[in-house]
Amino acid sequence: MADKIEKTEKKSRVAMPEQDPKVRARNFLEVPTGYTVKMAQEEAERCLQCKKPGCMTGCPVGVNIPAFIDLIAQGDMTAAIRSLWQQNALPAVCGRVCPQEIQCEGNCIVGKKGEPVAIGNLERFCADYEREHGTGELPPKQPPTGKKVAVVGSGPSGLTVAGDLITKGHDVTILEAFHKPGGVLVYGIPEFRLPKAIVANEVSFLERLGVKVVCNAVVGRTVSLDELFAEGYDAIYVGVGAGLPKFLNIPGENYVGILSANEYLTRANLMKAYKYPDVDTPIPKGKNVVVLGAGNVAMDSARTAMRLGAESVKIVYRRSREEMPARGAEIHHAQEEGIELFLLTNPTRYIGNDQGRLTGMECLRMELGEPDSSGRRRPVAVKGSEFMLDCDLCIVAVGSGANPLLTSETADMKLNKWGYIITDQATGKTTKKGVWAGGDIVTGAATVILAMGAGRQAANSIHDYLTFGW
Amino acid sequence: MFKIVRRKEMTGGTVILNEIEAPLIAKKARPGQFVILKANEDGERIPLTMADTDPVKGTITIIYMVVGKSTALFKTLQEGDSYQDVIGPLGKATHLEKVGKVICIGGGTGVAVLHPITRGLKQVGNDVTCIIGARNKDLLILEDEMRNASNDLRVCTDDGSYGHHGFVTQVMEDVLKQGDVKLVVGIGPVPMMKAVSNITKQYNVATMVSLNPIMVDGTGMCGGCRVTVGGETKFACVDGPEFDGHLVDFDELIMRLRAYQEEEKECHSKFCLIRDAK
Repeated sequence: MADKIEKTEKKSRVAMPEQDPKVRARNFLEVPTGYTVKMAQEEAERCLQCKKPGCMTGCPVGVNIPAFIDLIAQGDMTAAIRSLWQQNALPAVCGRVCPQEIQCEGNCIVGKKGEPVAIGNLERFCADYEREHGTGELPPKQPPTGKKVAVVGSGPSGLTVAGDLITKGHDVTILEAFHKPGGVLVYGIPEFRLPKAIVANEVSFLERLGVKVVCNAVVGRTVSLDELFAEGYDAIYVGVGAGLPKFLNIPGENYVGILSANEYLTRANLMKAYKYPDVDTPIPKGKNVVVLGAGNVAMDSARTAMRLGAESVKIVYRRSREEMPARGAEIHHAQEEGIELFLLTNPTRYIGNDQGRLTGMECLRMELGEPDSSGRRRPVAVKGSEFMLDCDLCIVAVGSGANPLLTSETADMKLNKWGYIITDQATGKTTKKGVWAGGDIVTGAATVILAMGAGRQAANSIHDYLTFGW
Repeated sequence: MFKIVRRKEMTGGTVILNEIEAPLIAKKARPGQFVILKANEDGERIPLTMADTDPVKGTITIIYMVVGKSTALFKTLQEGDSYQDVIGPLGKATHLEKVGKVICIGGGTGVAVLHPITRGLKQVGNDVTCIIGARNKDLLILEDEMRNASNDLRVCTDDGSYGHHGFVTQVMEDVLKQGDVKLVVGIGPVPMMKAVSNITKQYNVATMVSLNPIMVDGTGMCGGCRVTVGGETKFACVDGPEFDGHLVDFDELIMRLRAYQEEEKECHSKFCLIRDAK
């Protein structure tokens, strides 16, 4: 083993080919172009096949990482994807959007001294290989139980629940408020990071397994949870996401040219407004764009603005580089594409013209003080440091709150003081009988994989309920 | 798919009525609520407040003015054709309560939105005076329907070609002067709603307006429809679409409605060129 560690450490990680930053900064094609079989096998060889794999402890859905990597190394791609599917219904998505550096790869033994095994890249390879070359053969399914389950929301947690329960023999229907399924994978994450054809493929995989997908169904408006029970559903999973954009509540925020990241990205991704006027939904094209916030959504917004032809795109963030919550790869890609970071900077008001259009903003310089409740050092304003920033488009990406559309119509489901649904931590059960919840509407805005982990837990609990009772 | 079972051109083809099969929405919808419609795959999501619903037939009725590319595209849909997507019912329903004497005042296609609200207010026992207007007689819509929905209908035209010669606001002021009016519901173009609210403020009469700002999802997710009401930001899609007219910042709303003016012009003229070439 020691031998192999030494060998592996010396062998550097196989880089995934990417579009050139200058080229990709103006197109919407996916940035990393994927491993070839040879690259994947070479990278898979770097895995030490640890007896106590650290990587698995870092995975919220417990993927058997050494097993699927070993199968890639052996060249058995069909067995590799089957192994992945056992724990993860959406490997093509997770391989692309998981924060591997703080999960699997962050716990990889090889990474202690060198670069960790590129687990995310290998997961993506496996899923892409199956989509492009696979047999299309479906995983095995249990005989029908006659139980009906409604899944509200078709984001990562809803898709996970649907996938788990359909293979356990239940009759599953997904209800989606938008006109297309996929939730944040479709409206939020841009094409250049997660091609929509891949999401459509994951959904159609579930449909082939027998999951019914009903779009344009706004639960809480078109139909209530109680009406779903009356229609004969035995259990309901609520995975509607956070879905309430936060603004800064500073003067001038309603000027034309200030959009929530939700709106900006929904226009660009779900409505494909980057193709305007070939499609009918417009999107504002800024010359000088400011994005407020430093998470993945902020990076996605900034990189979208660059692709729509902006001359300058600035990320304005009140803390420092170290506290930026985005994936490392996203920050790296954004900077490569020419996006500037304005750190320790906080906007205080927006400036507009007599047409009510945004022309700039006033900002303050910040410095880091004592740690706050989140454990991060609290940014403190530097007195008298006001300065002006010109901008004609501002995307506000400072997080989401709990959307009350469904929860306010469901009086007997308890919420916490922020409006998120209260659930049992181990099972995802809500305080309303027969209803489970998971993902961002329980935890607040988090990651795709954490939502999937919650979905997995709830699916197990729903299966127990349908088999043995509440 | 949502089939159009009845289509009618009004006012010489600038205003279109569609009765659409949407049983789930028809069953749930209340006066004042809206739907979002999308004609086809690449279409835009357009919010429109419902003009009528028939839960028994399972249909909803919308009436829209052809103003841009998306409504021009809607206009090409014939009886038997379908909208790819219809989402709803969205927004809060009108609070229907017996208060006494009520004025329902509508302009343009706002009259269509006003229709179920007027009927609802009359049904709960209010004495409803309805005032509707248009630039001229040919542009007037739903006269018979509004007569049936209210206790007293007054019609105005800007050019005097029919009914009272003048603006709806003048007739409203006459009625207000007679006293006892407890509520005014004003729905129409934003400048009209602003004018109505300014007048009723002087008479200290509670006023409700229905707003139709730019929005994408209609479920509180995008925040595109934010309006300032009483100094606070509200989302018209979930907090509205109806608000206290005395508190709405109409000037801000007018500016926000112009957000995509340039883009819309470009897109619409391109659509017209292609359509006319066919």
